Amino acid sequence: MASIAHELAKNQKEISVSEFFEKNKQILGFDSLTRALITSVKETVDNSLDACEDASILPEILVKIEKMDNTEYKLTEEDNGPGIVKAQVPNVFARLLYGSRFHTRAQRRGQQGIGVSAVVMYSQLTTGKAATVRSKISDEDTAYECDLILDTKKNRPERLREDRVIWDREHGTSIQVHLKGKYMGGKQSVFEYLKGTAIVNPHAKITFVPPEGVPIVFERASDQVPPPTKPVMPHPEGVELGELLSMAKYTESLKMTSFLSSEFSRISNRVAKEVCELAGVPPEQRPTKLTLEQAGAVLEAMKKVRIMAPETDCLSPIGETLIRKGLKNVLGDVKAEFYAPPITREPKVFAGNPFIVEVGIVYGGELSKEEPVQILRFANRVPLMYQQGACATTQAIENVDWRRYGLEQRGGHGIPFGPAIIMVHLASTKIPFTSESKEAVANIPEIKEEIELALKACARRLKTHLNKAEKKSKAKVKFEIVQDIIPMIAEKSAKIVGKPVPELSGTITKIMNVVWIDDEVSYEKKRHHVLVRIYNYTPKSQGFHLHMVVPFDKIDPKSLELQPLEVRDGNKVTWDIKRVSSTEEFQLKFDLTGLSQEEYGENEVYVSGIDAASVIGVDVLPGDWDLEHLKITGELPVDEGAAAEEGEEEDVDYDEGAEVIKDEE
Amino acid sequence: MKNSERHQNAVDKLTGIAQEVYDQLDGGKIPKMMIPLRTKSNIRFDSKAAVWKYGKAMGARSAKKLTGAQMLLRTMYMLEFIEDMIKDSKSSTLREMYYISEGWPKAKFSAQDESNMLAEDLEIITGCMREDFKLRPEEDGARVMGNITIQETDRKGKKKKINCRDDVGDSGYGVPYNVEKEKIEFVDSDADFIIAIETGGMFDRLVENKFDEDAHAVVVHLKGQPARSTRRFIKRLNEEMKLPVVTFTDGDPWSFRIHASIAYGAIKTAHISEYLATPTAEFVGITASDILNYELPTDKLNDKDIQALNAEKTDPRFKDEFWKHEIDLMLEIGKKAEQQALAKYGLDYVTDTYLPEKLGQLGILK
Repeated sequence: MASIAHELAKNQKEISVSEFFEKNKQILGFDSLTRALITSVKETVDNSLDACEDASILPEILVKIEKMDNTEYKLTEEDNGPGIVKAQVPNVFARLLYGSRFHTRAQRRGQQGIGVSAVVMYSQLTTGKAATVRSKISDEDTAYECDLILDTKKNRPERLREDRVIWDREHGTSIQVHLKGKYMGGKQSVFEYLKGTAIVNPHAKITFVPPEGVPIVFERASDQVPPPTKPVMPHPEGVELGELLSMAKYTESLKMTSFLSSEFSRISNRVAKEVCELAGVPPEQRPTKLTLEQAGAVLEAMKKVRIMAPETDCLSPIGETLIRKGLKNVLGDVKAEFYAPPITREPKVFAGNPFIVEVGIVYGGELSKEEPVQILRFANRVPLMYQQGACATTQAIENVDWRRYGLEQRGGHGIPFGPAIIMVHLASTKIPFTSESKEAVANIPEIKEEIELALKACARRLKTHLNKAEKKSKAKVKFEIVQDIIPMIAEKSAKIVGKPVPELSGTITKIMNVVWIDDEVSYEKKRHHVLVRIYNYTPKSQGFHLHMVVPFDKIDPKSLELQPLEVRDGNKVTWDIKRVSSTEEFQLKFDLTGLSQEEYGENEVYVSGIDAASVIGVDVLPGDWDLEHLKITGELPVDEGAAAEEGEEEDVDYDEGAEVIKDEE
Repeated sequence: MKNSERHQNAVDKLTGIAQEVYDQLDGGKIPKMMIPLRTKSNIRFDSKAAVWKYGKAMGARSAKKLTGAQMLLRTMYMLEFIEDMIKDSKSSTLREMYYISEGWPKAKFSAQDESNMLAEDLEIITGCMREDFKLRPEEDGARVMGNITIQETDRKGKKKKINCRDDVGDSGYGVPYNVEKEKIEFVDSDADFIIAIETGGMFDRLVENKFDEDAHAVVVHLKGQPARSTRRFIKRLNEEMKLPVVTFTDGDPWSFRIHASIAYGAIKTAHISEYLATPTAEFVGITASDILNYELPTDKLNDKDIQALNAEKTDPRFKDEFWKHEIDLMLEIGKKAEQQALAKYGLDYVTDTYLPEKLGQLGILK
């Protein structure tokens, strides 16, 4: 971003801002009519969300697009944010690169002050019309309204009209612009942009009024405003030469040491002195006098001096619960079979910038089985709509061997096929984009690796679910055999030979020869009812240990009949199932209280002390139970159980030979 | 064996199957039936009958798996259905039996192929014929044209003498589904050989060109892959009237299999090959060599054709030098041809030139 700033600063005297805009249309996201409209929505909505978050307000946002003529649209965007004081309105909306986010770093949607002013600029250049801005702050009775244009020669705002108006809301800001654009549906559209925004901002209520058709409301799925993000100074590790020079030029500090210690994170006075000494720069020197050679020496010195890793508490990930809520809320109409519990990784650092990767997967339902999976990319809670192929996120998805996790993928590389939506969110104080148009995350090894690990961890949860579903359907087939078909065969054969119907338990236990465990969870009246049924369909009585991942402190003690043998880490609960006789059933029941429905969606049940092949419905205890199961991110072993099961058949199956015996075509 | 004895025998054998399943259940075992595998790797040449029959490899139909369990249940339903028909002196077509299964909970057939196959399974296990189970195929209307006289017992029990050239229209004599002695007897013939034709178009061409009269031939239309009755009819003519048999088909892998089912026995009905196959039948064409020698118009082999040809390379019935050569040659040129492609040289070419040449090589026409 800094490079634009420099270019602009340099060129301001020589060329007009409009010329600069014209030259950089693509970078700014106004290179096509369709994109111009999306970008305008994006910039205004990003601003509104940032403003609400700063003020800890639950955002309510309205986006309205009206068609004026063939290519001219009127865009109205309104929020319930804190409002902007009168004096700042013109600068915020009609001055390029105005903003305070330049040298400090924080996880923000807008990363520099080019956004909303560019919209005003574009509007003015394409339609010649001024933007109308209205803003009200809570301690004023009326709202301030003005028509703004940008003086393209001086990069200064110009007010055409100003007024105080009655506005029946407590606080908020609205902007109205006329612009040339093209409204379209499809993958890259205003609707998809807002849909994505709603997924990653479950605390926002977004109303969209399209040019034709009915308004669409993305309801709020959570009442928690994300905590405001703390701005941090750049960490020395990631600073580039040009950046250091520019910081030194604009700093208010008078001495090198105070410059270093006040404008970088993790540099104390003592460390600053050390750096200056090592670089051979006088600690008392004015930073504005820093030469190119000195700057290089300072950078080298900062690499040698021991500096603590950057702070990571400046990041605000969405979090596993809210990702799931957001996905469910917005994607409800696909009636997904499974929302894999999302993954929020621990913060990591690239080039001095802390970042966090989050991944969620939606599977099944009405999603197409034959098409490539849908990819939803987000950076600092902003949907990325363009340049999917160039994005590190996409590349990380392509690198994972999805065949291990139940999706189809030719050759184990590339975008997988199957009924799934994969969501990736990257939060950072500085998102490294491939270009200034901010649409694709650059291929930074640290980031790509984190994304891959997060994808694998989430995919593992998907696979667990798929395994379970597959085992259940296998169990269902066996049940059909023993419950329906065998009794009918018995009855028919008895009738034909004229004898009484034989007793079938021997045959049934031989066919099943398993302990079948079926679990369910239902939610009503703020209680989760958990039921685990254990059927012994083996010829012998069986005993084993049953394990569940369940928050033990949330179990209502009165509802729990069988006391657990052991509770580890507060949520790994083990019961001793002592003895279930052949053809008998045992039930383990309990209720959970004090959890929202989303917080406990699916049981995680395991068994141990019994042969894996003789249990269906649940998995045997994974080897990493003791290593904190949820953090495991390694590759899953290829499931060989199925093959072994088929192999035990001693006879050739008459009905399942693949060979076609007919002589016809 | 008289009819009633044959039916009683069938009832006894079928009850035996039910008894076996009953005993397995009563003994707490998983019920299963053992059936010879009906695959090309399990057919063996029976040198006495000179046809291909099933070998010793057996497959299990076990209630352990859903398909097996369903097939066992269907078997029980079918046993009951057949025994009821025998008791009530009724019979049904294979198609009717397929529809009867609509009323069998959990045991409905999903296609007629399945019910036909199960009827064959029962034939194999019991050694009976499906006629003994009172099951019959639909009329398939295979046609015969030539100077032979047969005596057919019609549905009213009246015996009719029919000359298959003079007493029938241009579409020939229609072969009934039952061609056994009680239905059809051969009276007289003035033919030198039988020519079995794959397509209706070529049958009509030979009839229009009076090939039956000029060449003293009995022309039989196979209608694609021939029905059991057609194959049985040809075999009886061959044995009882001492008429040599040749087949004349399209030049493609599927047509090779038509010849194989007439001459060597079909894999699907290998349990009754000695009853259906005519081991001395010879293949006239179209061969891959014909395609080259006669420069016939061709189509490109498609993927399925190529697969079929490759499958034939491991089919024991095609193991002789003649077939190896023709199959390899067809794969090599990548082409197939229809028998009617001979019309390239005019309508009479097939009867004036092609057949006389080819039948001359086989020593059938002098």
